Formats: sequence, C-alpha cells, structure tokens
Amino acid sequence: MNPQRKRRLLFIGLLIAGTGTAAGLALYAFNQNMMYYYKPAEVVSGEAPANTTIRVGGLVVSGSVHKEDESTDVSFVITDLHSNIRVQYKGILPDLFREGQGVVVRGRLNKEGIFVAEEVLAKHDEKYMPPEVADSLSENANGTRPQ
Amino acid sequence: MWTIFHRWASPPYFYRQSTRLLPWLSAICALLIIAGLIGGLILAPSDYQQGESYRIIYIHVPSAWMSLFIYMVMASSGAIALIWRIKLAEVMLVASAPIGASFTLLALLTGVLWGKPMWGAWWVWDARLTSELLLLFLYLGIIALYNAIDDKRRAASAIAVLALVGVVNIPIIHYSVQWWSTLHQGPTVTKFGAPSIYIGMLIPLLLMALGFMLFYAISVLLRARTELLAREAASRWVREMLEEA
Repeated sequence: MNPQRKRRLLFIGLLIAGTGTAAGLALYAFNQNMMYYYKPAEVVSGEAPANTTIRVGGLVVSGSVHKEDESTDVSFVITDLHSNIRVQYKGILPDLFREGQGVVVRGRLNKEGIFVAEEVLAKHDEKYMPPEVADSLSENANGTRPQ
Repeated sequence: MWTIFHRWASPPYFYRQSTRLLPWLSAICALLIIAGLIGGLILAPSDYQQGESYRIIYIHVPSAWMSLFIYMVMASSGAIALIWRIKLAEVMLVASAPIGASFTLLALLTGVLWGKPMWGAWWVWDARLTSELLLLFLYLGIIALYNAIDDKRRAASAIAVLALVGVVNIPIIHYSVQWWSTLHQGPTVTKFGAPSIYIGMLIPLLLMALGFMLFYAISVLLRARTELLAREAASRWVREMLEEA
C-alpha cells in the first residue's frame, strides 16, 4: 500500500473511532433518557421521579385485571417480578393486552400509590408460534413451574 | 482474490458481466419472493398472540435488515472509494442510497401500520424507532449532498465521508432494544441461541430476506450501470459497445 493510501486508511480509521467514541460518550451520558420506561421496582424504591408523568413497563399479573361493567374503567397490576404496582385506566385497551403479557403505561402515581394511566401500550415479546405450540408449551410447564 | 477484485473494478468488465448476471438474479429473486409470500401469507400458521396481523413481519423484518445491510455496503464502498479512488466503488455507493432509503421507509411504514392495532400507538419515540428514523434522514442527507455538488467525483468523496460518519448509527439501531428499555420487541432471529420463532414461520421469513437481498442486488446493478454509462459516456469502451450493438 502506498503512503498516500495508508494515510487515507488511517484517516478513515480515526474518523470512525472518533465518531464512535463521541456517540458512545453521549449515549452513556444520556443513558437514563434513552430508556423508554421505568420498571415497577424503580417506581416503588423512589428512583423514578415522583409527581410527574412517567412511563412504567411490566407484565400484567394473571388474575389481576378487573373491568367495570358498562364503562371502560379497568384496573390491573403490573410487575417486574420484584415489585408490583396497581394501575387504573379509563379507555380502550390495545389488542395485545393480555394477562401475563408486557405493557407500558403512561401516567402518574397518586397519593394512595395507585398508578393512574392516561395511555396503555401493549409490549409484544420476541416470540412467534402457532396457538397449538403455545398450548402444549403451557401444558408442559404446568406443575413444573408456577404460572 | 485481488485479481478478481481488480477485474470487477474495471467499468467495461463490470458492465459486461452484470449483463450476463442480471437475468439469473431476476429469476432466482422472483422464485424466492413468490415462495416466501406463499409460505408466509398462506402456509405459515397464525400467531398465538397476534393472530394474522403478525404476517407483516414478512415485509417489515427483511426491509429493516436490508436498511442496515445496504448502509454497511455503502460505508464499505465509501472506504474503498476514499482509499483507492476506485470509480466503481463510488458508483455503488451512489446507486445504493435511494434503494436503502426506500427499504428504511418501507420498514418504518409497515411498523407504523402494525403498531396502531398491536401496541395501541402509530409511533413512539423509543430508541429503536428513533434511531431507524435517523437512518432514513442519513440516507436522504447522502442523496441530497450528492446532488448538491456538481463535480461528481468530489460529490462521491463527500458522501463517502458522510456515510462513514453515519456508520456509528448501525450498531445503535441493532442493539437499541438490548441496551435500553424500548417498546419495540427484542431480536427474534439475529441473536445468539435458537431463534424464538416457530420453524414454519421462520422459513418463509428467511426466503423473503434472501429474495429482498437479490432484489437489492438487481436494482443496485441496474442503477450502477446507468450511472456508469452517464459518467463514462465519452470513453472508448462505451463507444465500442455501441458500435457492436
């Protein structure tokens, strides 16, 4: 490789290393802001800001969903398997809202420690399978693992 | 290896070989996409959570993969163009940009359509969606910068530098769903360990991904040939080729 090409290669290496370092440092500094939601444990321990609108993400606890008759009021508990938060919501739930599945709720914590949500988004996981496979998986899991 | 590289970098050789390659690529691409669509839209079972709606992944996921892959091709071509001043690398860089932008837009739009019924929102500003939108702007910036400079060789050097600066966004897009909490789900296929997707759903997805890859190869060859002819219109090999025809 002639010296001129070597110099250009070095320039490209430095360019990529430089932008990589700058982006890495910036993202590290803004790490908390890059998070789309807090975990229930962070809300309960007080790490998440209080008295302001935040997003919290967790799994909907099976059996915790209560729907009011003749209204769209709904309440459910979300968990990160360490802490639980009860959520109140008035409105239409997305198609993927299920017990045992992930959701991200936006709203604020009231004085009683109940999270009053203005918006509920379903968070899909990365698993894709036909219903029969899902059924046989949950049958196999019954008894060996608490649901 | 180096002799093949050098031979392909010569415009007349590239032009002649790509003429012979294109019909084959087109036939294989059509077969793959037809097989992938039949497999994905008809043969694959419905999903246990999303029902039929999940089938948008047969467009969304290959488009998103291509949006990253084409950017990597552009950054590599940019590096080759800057170091060795090879005309063909410049041409590949320029020819790839609109195709990459289209795949990025397709990935974003199919995501928007799927997001409303499934998540409950058309768009959210989480790390994955935001970084992919940034990729679209990078592509558009590269196209605009190239068109803003009249001297096409200088324009190619400028966009090569821009493409290399933007390459930092590629790992950010890929790892965004692991580094930060996002509404977008984590990786299903591109991760260590077995893919968390049923095999009957995975095979059509991989067929579509290969089909999209060949579609890119075909479109980039066609665009690169046009760009080469435009740049080399006055050269001897173009004149000789026209006289033969």
